Amino acid sequence: MSTAVVTRPKPGPSRPYRFPAFERVTLPNGLELIIAPVRRLPLVTIRLVLDVGARQEPRDLAGVASLTAAAMAEGTTRLDAAALAEEFERLGGSLSSYATWDATHVRTTVLTSKFESALSLLAEVFRSPALAPREVDRLKEERLAELLELKSEPRGLADERFSSSLYRPSSRLSIQEGGSQRTVERLSVDATREWHARQFAPAVTGLVIAGDVDTSQVVSFANEILGDWRHTAPAPASVDDAPRRESPALMLLDRSGAPQTELRLGHVGLPRAHPDYIDVVVMNAILGGVFNSRINLNLRERNAFTYGAFSSFEWRRDAGPFLVSTAVATGVTAAAAREVIVELERMKSGPPTIDELTLSTSYLDGVFPIRFETTDAIAGALASLRTLRLPDDFFDTYRERIRAVTAESVERAAQRHLHIDRLQVLAVGDRAQVEPALADLKLGALSVIGDDDE
Amino acid sequence: MIAPQPTLPIQTSRLENGLLLTLSPDRTAPIVAVNLWYHVGSANEREGRTGFAHLFEHMLFQGSEHVAANEHFELIQRAGGTLNGSTWLDRTNYFETIPSQQLELALWLEADRMGRLLPAMTQDKLDTQRDVVKNERRWSVDNQPYGSWWEKLPALAFPPSHPFHHSLMGSMEDLSAASLEDVAAFFQTYYTPDNAVLSIAGDIDEGEVRILVNQHFGWIPRGNGRPPLQSMAVPERFGSWLREVVEDDVAVPRIFMAFRTPVFGSDGYFAASTIAAMLGTGRGSRLHRSLVRERQLASTTSAFTFDLSKGSDLLVIDATARPGVTPEALEQGIADVLDEFRTKGPVAGELERVLAQTETDFVASMQGAGDRAEQLSRFATYYGDPTLLNEQVPRYRAVTAAQVREMAADRLGPDNRASLIYVPRTAGTPS
Repeated sequence: MSTAVVTRPKPGPSRPYRFPAFERVTLPNGLELIIAPVRRLPLVTIRLVLDVGARQEPRDLAGVASLTAAAMAEGTTRLDAAALAEEFERLGGSLSSYATWDATHVRTTVLTSKFESALSLLAEVFRSPALAPREVDRLKEERLAELLELKSEPRGLADERFSSSLYRPSSRLSIQEGGSQRTVERLSVDATREWHARQFAPAVTGLVIAGDVDTSQVVSFANEILGDWRHTAPAPASVDDAPRRESPALMLLDRSGAPQTELRLGHVGLPRAHPDYIDVVVMNAILGGVFNSRINLNLRERNAFTYGAFSSFEWRRDAGPFLVSTAVATGVTAAAAREVIVELERMKSGPPTIDELTLSTSYLDGVFPIRFETTDAIAGALASLRTLRLPDDFFDTYRERIRAVTAESVERAAQRHLHIDRLQVLAVGDRAQVEPALADLKLGALSVIGDDDE
Repeated sequence: MIAPQPTLPIQTSRLENGLLLTLSPDRTAPIVAVNLWYHVGSANEREGRTGFAHLFEHMLFQGSEHVAANEHFELIQRAGGTLNGSTWLDRTNYFETIPSQQLELALWLEADRMGRLLPAMTQDKLDTQRDVVKNERRWSVDNQPYGSWWEKLPALAFPPSHPFHHSLMGSMEDLSAASLEDVAAFFQTYYTPDNAVLSIAGDIDEGEVRILVNQHFGWIPRGNGRPPLQSMAVPERFGSWLREVVEDDVAVPRIFMAFRTPVFGSDGYFAASTIAAMLGTGRGSRLHRSLVRERQLASTTSAFTFDLSKGSDLLVIDATARPGVTPEALEQGIADVLDEFRTKGPVAGELERVLAQTETDFVASMQGAGDRAEQLSRFATYYGDPTLLNEQVPRYRAVTAAQVREMAADRLGPDNRASLIYVPRTAGTPS
């Protein structure tokens, strides 16, 4: 029997990795194809992406993009809901269609042998959905049911209410992505039909394909089925992403008897296109983005307040939320909030150690290929080139840019982009138990918010 | 038409100390997954120590002789990898996906904690992780609507004496009672090379990997044999329609309905798994069509198998009521779907549609090195033969409409149903 190996192994020479090569081809009608041939398994992912999402909705129609996207999966002018579902099943695929803040996505993954049939069917869903009254009404009721259920789900409730509370009441961003009870109740089949007729247009659509395909074949086939589509897109709406308050605030949402408090601390962050993006990504990893980040080591491993505590920036076209998120035992709610603030202050008050910096940069650098093992992940990344307006060389230069981040640039990013002077705090928990100690922390104007989502 | 089905290269060998090693090379990307299954889970816990297998999993991240607390996370993430562990009724797994030049680091870390965990265990670490786990319990079970379903459903579906009956997450009292002596005894009994499977998938050279695995794991002594599990056998059916009603802080009723079905990997399993897909996967499934779209009794429905390999598997239907629909109406709606299916069987084309989806999902799931390694460990742990992974698609394809009809008639009837029914708490009922 041999003996234990005591010394830590060193890494061997690394093998090169490149994000899959892709081509961008624009059809005469303005629709753009983004194609990445990946020939590992006989699979292909197809995504149609409309550069229009919830951010462009009129505030009073909040939810129309999501409702339209959901209803598109429930039949076309040729096939009713059941027939469309069966057609996708026959191809071995499942159809998923949804709207985000920035875009509307329709996608499926099938075996290569079914590629052309799947693309035709997806294009039919995208261009000619039935938006049948019965299905739209049902989906609207399901969305209202979801909003009702959310009221008894502390985690989701905290996420939605916190994000909405950061923006001005007149902004679309002050209502959750899928709409509120008030706005969804106003939606109708006509609203979805108008939204589809007006917003869906080739010049604001991308067709993204990743998998076992040949680029020239895809281009000619896509031209056959989408080349005759003509429609002019409206000018995009402007979005107000300014913060609601310039001063700190504490919000309490009472859940009497709750064994834990869902805590959220943060503020409006910065848009994805901001030049500090890479520095902020590394700064966030050190603060609360990896397991051994400052916030998780403090709240979980040092204090055992929680199962986990993390920070994140939501990267969107507009300035999305920055938030620290955790669920803590009721009795330590204020102590946990205080420790988060201590870590935010520490992040701003000096550069990280070299160990902290290299942990984050080598993690983000090394994990990059692991993020793109599947055709679906590759197609999703390519879609983000369009929806987030990223340069073509974004994936090829990402790792180099991460490695170039310095302790000084992290400190600068923290000073510029963490705003303790306008920190918003939301606690969803047992108010009677948590209010006195939270109030002692002087976290700004206190408000008690109710169950309603506007 | 039958699409080409990819066959994974799979090699199996056993070290002298009993560790089962499975390798599956794929050099298309510089990524490798290391996946270690220990054949121990909550079923092996002794009385008064519910939740211990899971608490123990947390302790495996608290360091070993040459590794400091949380350093495992630090070293793997610094290497550009992802990692975690999880505990289930009858197994516990630990896994890393890393750039391939870092393979030896992952092997060394896993070997150090398999061979030399105990010198690093302290009362302080145990106390901290006990509190972390209590918070995990509050987070996933106690402060989450319907969060108790995954401890209440096995409790309803298996008798009190059965190893799957008690809570995997454990009770607060039992967690409080766990001691360092328990940690040592559990480690020495179950965390031994002859009770483990090591799977490595991705960018590897098989000859080099074998040498590395021998270097790092070969010295670890074999265990003294794990105590046998008490009998897992249960009757094929419940014998009656079991029901439990749970009042919870929820807005609408939700029903989890379980059926005993043949264990994971058996011939009958493939028919049962196909039935689950027919009932509950996607917008074309029977429950969605009937309860969501047509009758509008439910807002969401799904069905799945637990994939238990011992005693009996469970097929489970999960349906959430639309506001205003009573639990009785929802349960009757589910029963209507079941009764039609078990008396008439699948309709023409239904089996082919479900199998086409199953095949795409299987091929898609083989893209990730971590998923491949996880599946290899599963078949190696339960059946000693990871090459069974390559037989999954053919075995699904071999399922016939007659087998589906027979299985549905046999297992979906009123004598084999267990309903766990969540209802909104009525005013005045204490939490």
